[in-house]
Amino acid sequence: MSGAASEEPSGSGRRRAFWLSGRGLVSSIPYLWLLLFFLLPFAIVLKISLAEPIIAQPPFTPLFGPDGSLQATIDNFLFLLEDSLYIVAYLNSLKIAGISTLLCLLIGYPMAYGIARSPRAIRNILLLLVILPFWTSFLLRVYAWMGILRNNGLINNLLMWLGVIDQPIQMMNSDFAIYIGITYSYLPFMILPLYAALERLSPDLVEAAEDLGCRPWKAFLTITLPLSVPGIIAGSLLVFIPAVGEFVIPSLLGGPDSLMIGRVLWDEFFGNRDWPVASAVAIALLLVLVIPIMLFQRMNLRREGA
Amino acid sequence: MNSTATAAPRTSTSMTKWRKPDEVPFLRLEGVVKRFGDFAAVDGVSLDIYRKELFCLLGGSGCGKTTLLRMLAGFEQPTAGRIYLDGADITEAPPYERPINMMFQSYALFPHMSVESNVAFGLKQDGVARVEIRRRVAEALELVQLGPLAKRRPHQLSGGQRQRVALARCLVKRPKLLLLDEPLAALDKKLREHTQFELMNIQEEVGITFIVVTHDQEEAMSLSTRIAVMDRGQIAQVGTPTEIYEYPKSRFTANFIGSINFFDGKVARSEEGELTVTVPDLGRDLHVRSTRQLAIGSDVSVAVRPEKIVISRDPLDLPNSVRGKVRDLGYLGSVSVYRVELENGALIKVSAANTRHSAEREVDWDDEVYLGWRATSAVVLTE
Repeated sequence: MSGAASEEPSGSGRRRAFWLSGRGLVSSIPYLWLLLFFLLPFAIVLKISLAEPIIAQPPFTPLFGPDGSLQATIDNFLFLLEDSLYIVAYLNSLKIAGISTLLCLLIGYPMAYGIARSPRAIRNILLLLVILPFWTSFLLRVYAWMGILRNNGLINNLLMWLGVIDQPIQMMNSDFAIYIGITYSYLPFMILPLYAALERLSPDLVEAAEDLGCRPWKAFLTITLPLSVPGIIAGSLLVFIPAVGEFVIPSLLGGPDSLMIGRVLWDEFFGNRDWPVASAVAIALLLVLVIPIMLFQRMNLRREGA
Repeated sequence: MNSTATAAPRTSTSMTKWRKPDEVPFLRLEGVVKRFGDFAAVDGVSLDIYRKELFCLLGGSGCGKTTLLRMLAGFEQPTAGRIYLDGADITEAPPYERPINMMFQSYALFPHMSVESNVAFGLKQDGVARVEIRRRVAEALELVQLGPLAKRRPHQLSGGQRQRVALARCLVKRPKLLLLDEPLAALDKKLREHTQFELMNIQEEVGITFIVVTHDQEEAMSLSTRIAVMDRGQIAQVGTPTEIYEYPKSRFTANFIGSINFFDGKVARSEEGELTVTVPDLGRDLHVRSTRQLAIGSDVSVAVRPEKIVISRDPLDLPNSVRGKVRDLGYLGSVSVYRVELENGALIKVSAANTRHSAEREVDWDDEVYLGWRATSAVVLTE
């Protein structure tokens, strides 16, 4: 060792020491995970989205030509803007995900509130009931909805037997069925963060509000609701983001004209075998989701700083 | 000084400070009961509290004091009994309609609002005009010396500051009654002493009736005009701090407030306001001043506070004098606490002011000592 090593370690030296220490190794695992399973695949998809389709194996041009020149094109992204199919699919996905998120919130909030305010002894049982559907396959549960919503399914049969209707109502293969499917499947993701936020909220606060002259509903609006906003945001993101790219529910429950971006993506990959356009669809979806969230984060940080 | 003292509480003089004898009670509880299932948290409490009192509900955990306070605030409905405030029956009124405010033990400040908005909250609910709100909030913050911190959020304040915000938030509404649930429990010892006096000053300044719940007997003693000692959902005794301390009615109250020594025995003689009590194996009878008429032979306890007992190595010329051996000695700085074993095996607690330097201490471990006290220094208990 040279004499310099005995001096005060430089900033970068100290940082290196951190990553080599046990603690550094442990905290590097999530970074490694993100690198391997998010950043790397993302880079590959980004690369494909800049290529051109060819009939070959793999079905796209390599990033560098035989002479070593860069062969990148943004034609695929421009194509997304040209064909109204994609824009309509994006907007429709956002609409369906947005409305489903709102439905989850409207149903999930009272449920989460009820669980958070129930006696401690039965709270865990109620939470367990919320998560219970996960014990069976997601696909199976969506199929079960087909059995319920079909023209000769549970609801129609019951209504006809009761004499309320004499023609079955068309519910399957519609946006309505998609809303039901998404709301049902993603409800637990809304309830759990809401519950966490509401459970943390001290009942003293609501009592204090009532003590100071608030009627119960007003105490809810001025105290409980604003203080559960972090839970509302977390739950909404957990429902909204996967719902936008949802593929299984719209293809099983949706109709031919309920166009969602997940199905478009599937069709490009497996129908047209146009991997570059499919990749461009995926990248564009990511941007559509990430940019508003980042803006929101920035806004939040600024508000907290103030 | 001891000649004129009698064993009867001197209620007439000690109460006039804050109440005229013919004044009607401001808050009246009539046989209030609160049952949770089979368990009676509050079991038949009747109380009269007067205007401008600083009244303490004192008791250990689970004695029902908090449940009683919550019924006054309106968060719990009594199972039986009525509550009247300023002549009106408020038993069934919801919390938001009562002219009563409560300061929570947790302070319950709204974390998403500034200090100012927290204090203004109650006035806004009442639809007070904006200008009026601003004036009264500034006034309340001034009262608790928090004016400069008006724009802060609760999490940016210290514990003591939060406590004062909570107090200002209640006071700004000018309630008829202010309830304080363990107001000083979350503060450290030094701050607690300071805040105690501040609380008393503020109460005097605003002239609102305070009801304080506490488990801390010292706090209750120094704060209140009167104390209600609670035990298992019932009121064991109501009185001024002096009455409760000097004339406890039961062994429970005597034990709960301060420490005390008991001698169990039988009444041997009763004459001219003085009882003679025979205690088995003690070797001598005890003399107690008491106006109570007790039958000869009835079971009683003679109770003496540790600080009322004189400890000495020489025989004492006092009506009550017993011998013993120092078993334990605790030096607490200003006072020393002795545990003395008597000839009958009983351990007696004695405390004495350290008037000399500890190096010149008169009484030491294993010394044979005499303990003595006056006939007026003890009380006779039958419960």
